[in-house]
Amino acid sequence: MLEVGNLACSRGDHRLFSGLSFTLHPGQIMQVQGANGSGKTSLLRTLCGFIQPDEGQILWRGKRVRDLGEDYFAELLYLGHLNAIKDELSALENLQMSAGLAGYTVSEQQAITVLRRMGLQRREHLPVRVLSQGQRRRVALARLLTSDAHLWILDEPLTALDVGAVGLMQELIGEHLSNGGMTIFTTHQPLQVAGVQMRQLALS
Amino acid sequence: MNKLSLFGLLGLVIRRDLLLAMRRRADVLTTLIFFVMVVSLFPLGVGPEAEMLRKMASGVVWVAALLSSMLSLPRMFSADYLDGTLEQMLLAPQSLTALVLGKIVAHWMLSGLPLVLIAPVLGLQFDMSLQALWMLVVALLLGTPILSMIGAIGAALTLGLRGGGVLVSLLVLPLCIPVLIFGAGAVDAVNSGMSAVSNLSLLGAFMLFALVFTPFVAAQALRISME
Repeated sequence: MLEVGNLACSRGDHRLFSGLSFTLHPGQIMQVQGANGSGKTSLLRTLCGFIQPDEGQILWRGKRVRDLGEDYFAELLYLGHLNAIKDELSALENLQMSAGLAGYTVSEQQAITVLRRMGLQRREHLPVRVLSQGQRRRVALARLLTSDAHLWILDEPLTALDVGAVGLMQELIGEHLSNGGMTIFTTHQPLQVAGVQMRQLALS
Repeated sequence: MNKLSLFGLLGLVIRRDLLLAMRRRADVLTTLIFFVMVVSLFPLGVGPEAEMLRKMASGVVWVAALLSSMLSLPRMFSADYLDGTLEQMLLAPQSLTALVLGKIVAHWMLSGLPLVLIAPVLGLQFDMSLQALWMLVVALLLGTPILSMIGAIGAALTLGLRGGGVLVSLLVLPLCIPVLIFGAGAVDAVNSGMSAVSNLSLLGAFMLFALVFTPFVAAQALRISME
């Protein structure tokens, strides 16, 4: 359970949001909405602990995330604007390396299965450099399938994805939620997850 | 799913950085070629007086090693910063300090170790004696890791800044002066027939001190830079 109480954040002198409170329970999904520059990414980065909030607190399972530190990170999966993949490495190597950084190992067979599901058949051993933007995003999203994190924080996960991949994302998020996971995300594209009520958080 | 231990993570980071460097060899070679060029220019510029060359050899090699390590420093974290990997590293469920230590070790293997290995060959141009060459290698072996470790703090602090490359040199070079003095001093001591133990002990002490503190400080600097 993620509890956010009275959160305030500013960049420079500009106050992005204040008095923000919400609680996210297992199996819930929340979309953060707002115009460009309204602080969606800053909110997600604050939840990850990159940015220290001006006021307020973020609690994970009742404990402050600052005190939890690495225990919180073990249950968190963040996907930002940047794909965090290396052009020089193949899709397979990228997936194994990012799994390693997240603290677990993925066998080659497992990684190939995951990449196939992401629609990257016969691309597993190509350097990511030669893949298209959408395919790179798919490589980055493949992390979602290998991870057992409870809280997914996704910043614009649908950028550069085609219709098929958006459908796949909806399916993945649906599976994650039915396993008791939580998701917070931002998007400017429509995203529906079957059988789950989408909570909205509007930043102005 | 298997959990990765702290040493597993350390090994993974080192392996990853070495693999990336192998796929992008130009970066590693630039540092090495710069070092070879700078050291080789001195005998050409100063003239072939063996006595003078012998005297200046250790200083020249050390200053060149210092400069070429500055050349590779800005690259230590910048690629990971630009493609978002650094964000994921900060979220690793293991200590960030260990992760930074892994990056430092990989950086040293790519930019420090090649200098140590090629230094004796370059030393021959200065007509250095066998003992002096041997001492140069030992001193560089103790000293170059310190340059990578102190440099990591500078690289982490200047991450994402414009002109960060110049700033990192201004930050790091003054801190590296003791390494330069004792490193070059060790070789001079051998040349003048004295024992180099005191110089080497001090270098070793610096290295252990840096090993304990710099990964932690660089990790904190990274957190600040990412905010």
